[in-house]
Amino acid sequence: MNTLLEVSGVSVTFDGFRAINNLSIQVAQPELRAVIGPNGAGKTTFMDIVTGKTKPDTGRVLFGDKGVSLLGMSEADIANAGIGRKFQKPTVFEDQTVRQNLAMALKNPRGPFAVLFHRKTTEGAARIEELAEEIGLTDQLTRISGELSHGQKQWLEIGMLLAQDPRLLLVDEPAAGMTAEEREKTTDILKRAAETRAVVVVEHDMEFVRRLDCKVTVLHEGSVLAEGSLDHVTSNPTVIDVYLGRSDA
Amino acid sequence: MRKTFISQHPSVLWFLAILGLFTVFVAVMSEASGIGLISTSMVKTLGKTLCLALIAIAMDVVWGYCGILSLGHFAFFGIGGYAIGMWLMYARTESIITANLSSQVIPPTPQEVTDAIGNQIFGVVGSSEFPMLWAFSHSLTLHLLMVVLIPGLLALIFGWLAFRSRVTGVYLSILTQAMTLALSLYLFQNDSGLRGNNGLSGLQNIPGYEDASQASISVAFFAVSALALGLGYVLFTLVLSGKMGSVVKGIRDNEARVRFLGYKVENYKLFIFTLTAIIAGIAGALYYPQAGIINPAEIAPIASIYLAVWVAIGGRGRLYGAVIGAAFVSLLSSWFTGGGVPPLNLGFYTILWTDWWLVLLGVAFVCVTLFFPKGIGGLFDYLVRKPS
Repeated sequence: MNTLLEVSGVSVTFDGFRAINNLSIQVAQPELRAVIGPNGAGKTTFMDIVTGKTKPDTGRVLFGDKGVSLLGMSEADIANAGIGRKFQKPTVFEDQTVRQNLAMALKNPRGPFAVLFHRKTTEGAARIEELAEEIGLTDQLTRISGELSHGQKQWLEIGMLLAQDPRLLLVDEPAAGMTAEEREKTTDILKRAAETRAVVVVEHDMEFVRRLDCKVTVLHEGSVLAEGSLDHVTSNPTVIDVYLGRSDA
Repeated sequence: MRKTFISQHPSVLWFLAILGLFTVFVAVMSEASGIGLISTSMVKTLGKTLCLALIAIAMDVVWGYCGILSLGHFAFFGIGGYAIGMWLMYARTESIITANLSSQVIPPTPQEVTDAIGNQIFGVVGSSEFPMLWAFSHSLTLHLLMVVLIPGLLALIFGWLAFRSRVTGVYLSILTQAMTLALSLYLFQNDSGLRGNNGLSGLQNIPGYEDASQASISVAFFAVSALALGLGYVLFTLVLSGKMGSVVKGIRDNEARVRFLGYKVENYKLFIFTLTAIIAGIAGALYYPQAGIINPAEIAPIASIYLAVWVAIGGRGRLYGAVIGAAFVSLLSSWFTGGGVPPLNLGFYTILWTDWWLVLLGVAFVCVTLFFPKGIGGLFDYLVRKPS
């Protein structure tokens, strides 16, 4: 296991509010990692920093075997370097078919002229079939994705991430609003993805995290409070105090 | 490939067929053919309408497909008009001056000819010197190039600055309004080199075709405008089919998602903005020889707002919607403002449509936005049911 992502000593302040406070996290490849924490713990901000949406005030974010700094790279460059991101709300292109959504995400040249003169290839079509199979949307390929159910949209978005063929997947609350059956399928998809890649899942739902059965990082007030197996962190008294002890957990 | 293109986009075939039939119909019925059921001025109006439809589809691509509400595309239209107008005016004045001076006993020197042309063109703004801008006005080729290059370059520079700084939404709209306003104000100045508020005139006289009647010139321009509209329609359909269309519509619907998929949104916006600006320039270059005159008022901010209104009423996100909107609203507008509609007597008040047309248009725009967001083009959805 090599370290793929190294976040060290990162801090971000929004209007005086310290959203991330000297945060350090390392993620290996392959690895499945769950990040939990109460609201405002900095989970989404952490993803924003890694994907280039937010620039940290201090700290380092290194990615890949050579440890390239992600700071100063544009969102698109970071995505092309091999980091895919799923948003909290399912964000697929609702006007377009499932196939078009996946085709757009496929790993191909991203420049306007390359895209303008892009012709469909049989490899591309085969890859789309493969992905659709993976996310269980094979018979939905020609459907307009706005018509899909909430769960199917979440899977489509995960499929789009996989289509990018990233080394690191950042997945924000994939199970939100899903039925028990859908959650199970989502767990399977993520676990399979984590066999070769690094997958970081931000989640509120402890039951879902338990099912992922992986190393857990607990964030609190913008820094790491505890790290380890779910049983290990849930027996930590501080964690119980700030997070699990609350009535909503 | 061609077969699949048409089967994927049946509307293109319909559009080209209707446009072709309409062109033949107008040509046959015009005064040029001798039948004369359609007057020459009507042919010019229709030809101009086709040019407006061409800039409307460009607007639809930039706004309806890519989600950039540009309120400055008429600036590019105007630049196209000025670029071709300079050559038209120079060449025509030159031929008149040469003809006049040739009757003199002593043949004029080239300097005398140039001075006379300069005096003729710029006398109206109290000058006789050729400004730098007119350095290439003798060359049709260079001016045809300018029709394409100047709107393209302006859009490229403006777009690069705006999109790189991630100016979006209403801020971008305001910025584009500022651009067209600044250009218009600049051109209003007498020392801008483009005859200030007089603009360029006499553009309906095509140098080299002095013997041709306006009837046949109008039909020729009408046919070329129809050809340009048809080609523009096919070009945009091709560009927007396939993956490019997916990305462009993706940018409209969720810019951030497209970024996180690894696409540089700025470059795509710049491509679409520049391409549509070039088409707008070409549309302008075909429009103003039919209008006969261009002046800075043509590119006032309101013109670009009208353009957005046409596209909204016609239906955003479908090219034929933009054509319908531009044709319908601009023809209706000239009917109403030209006094073609009898005043409406309400007993206590008489509605003069020349005054009230804008109110009617405004109400129509609000109603379409609120109740028919798909515009007139949306009606076709009821006619054609898509096979699922």
